[in-house]
Amino acid sequence: MKIDIKYENDKAVAYLFGEIDHHSAKEIRSQLDSYIITAQPEIFAIDMGGISFMDSSGIGLILGRSRLLQECGGKLEILNPQPYIKRVLRLAGIDVKLGMCNS
Amino acid sequence: MCQAPKGGFPHLDNNFMKILNEIKVTMPSLSVNESTARAVVSSFVIQADPTVEELSDIRTAVSEAVTNAIVHGYRNKSGNIEITARLLPERTIYIKIRDTGCGIEDIEKAMQPLFTTAPEEERSGLGFSVMQSFMDRLDVKSTVGRGTSVIMRKKLHE
Repeated sequence: MKIDIKYENDKAVAYLFGEIDHHSAKEIRSQLDSYIITAQPEIFAIDMGGISFMDSSGIGLILGRSRLLQECGGKLEILNPQPYIKRVLRLAGIDVKLGMCNS
Repeated sequence: MCQAPKGGFPHLDNNFMKILNEIKVTMPSLSVNESTARAVVSSFVIQADPTVEELSDIRTAVSEAVTNAIVHGYRNKSGNIEITARLLPERTIYIKIRDTGCGIEDIEKAMQPLFTTAPEEERSGLGFSVMQSFMDRLDVKSTVGRGTSVIMRKKLHE
């Protein structure tokens, strides 16, 4: 799992590359949380264009980050989910909840 | 001499028992093996020429079942996870994920969407929902103190 966080167009964007499962979620969670807590971005986006696999661990990861951002006065966006990732997200109703941007 | 009646024995579904190919893999309940399990099952299923979507559905369902065994079955201990994958007639994939962990007290409750006993680990409680919606059939057998078997079937496109 590789994570690149860049600040662009008034938002922090985390580009994730690799697979999201229960094993990798722990590492992703700790990296994203340390950025969110330090930088306190108003809008934090997770770009999922480089994710080749995601199971329901990804749902926990997204909901958890969304909660943390809300506590910090920020907002989470999900960018570029592949069709199979959208299917997993839809099970949790996430596309509705977070206002998915597919730019 | 005993002869089979025309059309076979009606009470025996010959196709039901026929296994065209099978693998059995055992691995310790380490979270790093979640991806190992997906890779092993994927390479077995590929011989049946699934669509990209079917393969991704199966990989996701396997990942959920193996993660459940690691997170819940073997919550405070370690043990082995046994994975059986079969190719059955009519392009049906059969997958069994078995652990000898703590077992599930109330299967019906455990299968309810959003039910989780591990919220502190950010488990969403959607594991069984994913298995149910991505596979054609899901059977869960469990005995408290003995372990859990999750059996999933999916018929691939013709």
